[in-house]
Amino acid sequence: MLGELLDILLFRAGYTAAVVSAGCTLLGIAGGIIGCFALLRRRSLMGDALAHATLPGIAGAFLLATAMGSMLPGVLSAKSLPVLLAGATISAALGVLSVHAIVRGSGGRIREDAAIGIVLSVFFGLGYVLLSIVQALPGGTQSGLKTFIFGQPAAMSVGDAMLLAAVALGAALAALLLYKELRLLCFDEGFARVQGWPTGALDLAMMALVVIVVVVGLQAVGLVLVIALLIIPPAGARFWTDRLGTMLWVSAVMGGASGYLGVSLSALLPGVPAGAIVVLVAATLFGVSAIAAPRHGVLSRWARHAALTRRIWVDHALRALFEHAEDGATLEPLGTLSREDGRRALSGLGGDAAIAMLRKRGFIDARGDIVTLTSSGMAAATRAVRNHRLWERFLVLHADMAPSHVDRSADMIEHVLDPALMQELEAALERDEAVAAASRVPTSVHPITPDRRTPGGATGGHA
Amino acid sequence: MIPTLREFLAIDLAAIITACLCALACAIVGNFLVLRRQSLLGDSIAHSVLPGLAAAFLIVGSRGSVPMFVGALIAGVLSAILSEGLRRFARVEAGAAMGVIFSAMFALGVLLMSLPRMRSVDLDADCVLNGVLETVIWTADASRGTRVPAVWSDLLDPGVLAGAPSQLLTALVVCGVVIMVVLAVFKELTLASFDSALAGALGFRPWLLHTVLVVLAAAASVASFEVVGSILVIAMLICPAATARMCTSRLRTQIALSGVFAILSVLIGYLLAGFGPMLLGYHSLALSASGMIAVAAGALLTGAIIFSPSHGLLARRIRTLRLSVAIAREDLLAMLYRVEESGDARSLTLHHARLALGGGLTTKLAIRGAIRRDQATTTPGGLALTDSGRAAARALVRTHRLWETYLVKELGLRPDHVHRSAMELEHHTTSAMADTLASIVPSTTADPHGRPIPGDRPRGNPPE
Repeated sequence: MLGELLDILLFRAGYTAAVVSAGCTLLGIAGGIIGCFALLRRRSLMGDALAHATLPGIAGAFLLATAMGSMLPGVLSAKSLPVLLAGATISAALGVLSVHAIVRGSGGRIREDAAIGIVLSVFFGLGYVLLSIVQALPGGTQSGLKTFIFGQPAAMSVGDAMLLAAVALGAALAALLLYKELRLLCFDEGFARVQGWPTGALDLAMMALVVIVVVVGLQAVGLVLVIALLIIPPAGARFWTDRLGTMLWVSAVMGGASGYLGVSLSALLPGVPAGAIVVLVAATLFGVSAIAAPRHGVLSRWARHAALTRRIWVDHALRALFEHAEDGATLEPLGTLSREDGRRALSGLGGDAAIAMLRKRGFIDARGDIVTLTSSGMAAATRAVRNHRLWERFLVLHADMAPSHVDRSADMIEHVLDPALMQELEAALERDEAVAAASRVPTSVHPITPDRRTPGGATGGHA
Repeated sequence: MIPTLREFLAIDLAAIITACLCALACAIVGNFLVLRRQSLLGDSIAHSVLPGLAAAFLIVGSRGSVPMFVGALIAGVLSAILSEGLRRFARVEAGAAMGVIFSAMFALGVLLMSLPRMRSVDLDADCVLNGVLETVIWTADASRGTRVPAVWSDLLDPGVLAGAPSQLLTALVVCGVVIMVVLAVFKELTLASFDSALAGALGFRPWLLHTVLVVLAAAASVASFEVVGSILVIAMLICPAATARMCTSRLRTQIALSGVFAILSVLIGYLLAGFGPMLLGYHSLALSASGMIAVAAGALLTGAIIFSPSHGLLARRIRTLRLSVAIAREDLLAMLYRVEESGDARSLTLHHARLALGGGLTTKLAIRGAIRRDQATTTPGGLALTDSGRAAARALVRTHRLWETYLVKELGLRPDHVHRSAMELEHHTTSAMADTLASIVPSTTADPHGRPIPGDRPRGNPPE
């Protein structure tokens, strides 16, 4: 089994399999590249509508070609792929136009999301009606049209696969040639129009590329799932980067890998429609990106969030200790207080556990009954208190807030003030005598009452 | 080969009723989805139920209605939750999040369906798309004492009712539940759909209502799609509601209408699929019923978009045309008045009137309308005002010149810039407004271009 898989992966399983595999890889790459633009234009689900809209085209082309073939035997084969794909392209284009026509014709009463659903279901329904006619034809059940619904790359001939590869390559190259224009369209349509770019034509070009990927992808992954090639790799690539150029590369690699691995795996599982495997490979890559990507992955976002929460907690705890020690009735030197007082100061932040935590981080020394801020603890506490009080002072003096109302908002903002901003604040408040007098820590603008000595409060809310 | 009553009752009736109930349940929920711009939620749910069905079968090992329903319902709701989670926690755009989740779930479903253990079941992805409406028939089971209805009155017979297909019963229950839940929370759903922020501020919980809606949509889809297939579920969730929306702006009316349209599409589609080919002479051909119902729903929608008397394309065009004809007629009257006023003995010829009004259908209708209302007559020299036409024209010219005066005197515009604005304003000014204008510029008898402003009564009968 493993050897067989290796053979397929290394294109050693025969010429046809190698061509099909290469074709599907190129399809994945093209889908990944073009899908990026569709995703950024928020047209992802439009692709779904037009994928479903290909069915009546395929069945209709088959019926038409059969009727004409019986009149001109030998000239036209109903099963010829170009004929079917031409039908698919025409009805997909009609589908796109119908979405626009419904939105415009209804005077905006039917929105685009509803129009997409309407086109998708009605065209697909029509496709099934036509398919039921095809199946009533003599030999219609063997027409193989249903392979277009779920895809069957194993049934592809070398010619089909070559066509697929060539068209996919062409579409990908066209998208790359239009890179600058499409990027402008995606990020700032208004600017593009003002600059004189034909945005309508560019939009149309993008939809045309989407149609091409959908149509050539029909045989490989089927019309229900071909949309996944346009949505999943770009959405996955989005987790890795904020730059479009990088996103295109990542998306193309993910799409190509899905096509390549998916088709290779499906060769080993003959009963399973290949489209499903391709999509599941893509979904796995997406899942890994969503969780583990360093830029926007869920894990890294959680980690960043946790780090911020921790920093805020430390700031609050140190400020509580500092303010308690400052409050009089403390021991010398500054920053030393009895364990009982320390526990009381931190009662809303965890009490003894908070003391242990701060000690572990080296912010305080706790010997016997005495709790002392270490030099690093003192520096951090001084900075936190200073930020807090400077911001309070700023709010009172420059935002005209009442001194009794500034504490909570300062609680929230004090953690994100950087040194440069603090210097500016200091300069703005320079004439304030309290700042001048206490060169490091200004006095509080309001009395510090025992019940609010733990910043953030026991309830944790900033009511 | 039109079926006998017996055949119709035994074979077609159950399918039609089931499809109607399914369509009704979907259409009612669909109104809220369309309103909230979440139409594609239905699309997403309909694609996502496949793995739920397969998993339910693999776990329970039989194709019972209840486990299938529960499995599919869980999968449908799960897909909505996952898409929402992707949107909120991974910041994926809403449409793309749905696309990722439903295509992945559908693929998983296809994979599960092709497991060897599933091969034996008459449940494949194809029947999930297209449904098995054709198999919903009345069956006779002697051991349970059930029999097939033969005449209409049999439908009241308990023995016959007990033999109703299980899909029909499921559809009946789900349709009933959907209607009851929507009635129970109608006010809250309406509020949350139109103004979610207000609903939140008033103390309702929009997310809870959203969840109710998702569960309802999933229940309606799941009950329906086993019978009619997922294509038709999507069509029924969106098309009837959109059709009704083209016909009314009131939510209650819209919901009622959407139910009517849903049932109408089922009847038209089913009958066309079953009997359409026969009428054309193809007796052996039966078309896909659920496909045809979707097409019928699409046709009804197209009809509504074009012909709806309130919001349709045609009605909107006609309203615009009427307005422009009325404006052109008023312009014509004012023009004739100005010709009379100039003291020129010649009258405005028909040809020149057409040229001045811009020609085309609007002009033709405007001239015809003026003559029909007895405001203008054709004379050998061209067009002339009648007495009633002259009164109307005088009022218009008065309004026009009052506006010009007002714009120059009160707003300080230059005299050569006001004609165009006055041309537009004069058609939308009531006589009361004109009187108010006259009282604002009281002592003026001539407009900025020096032409006299007519009084509000005919000449020779000046106001006191």
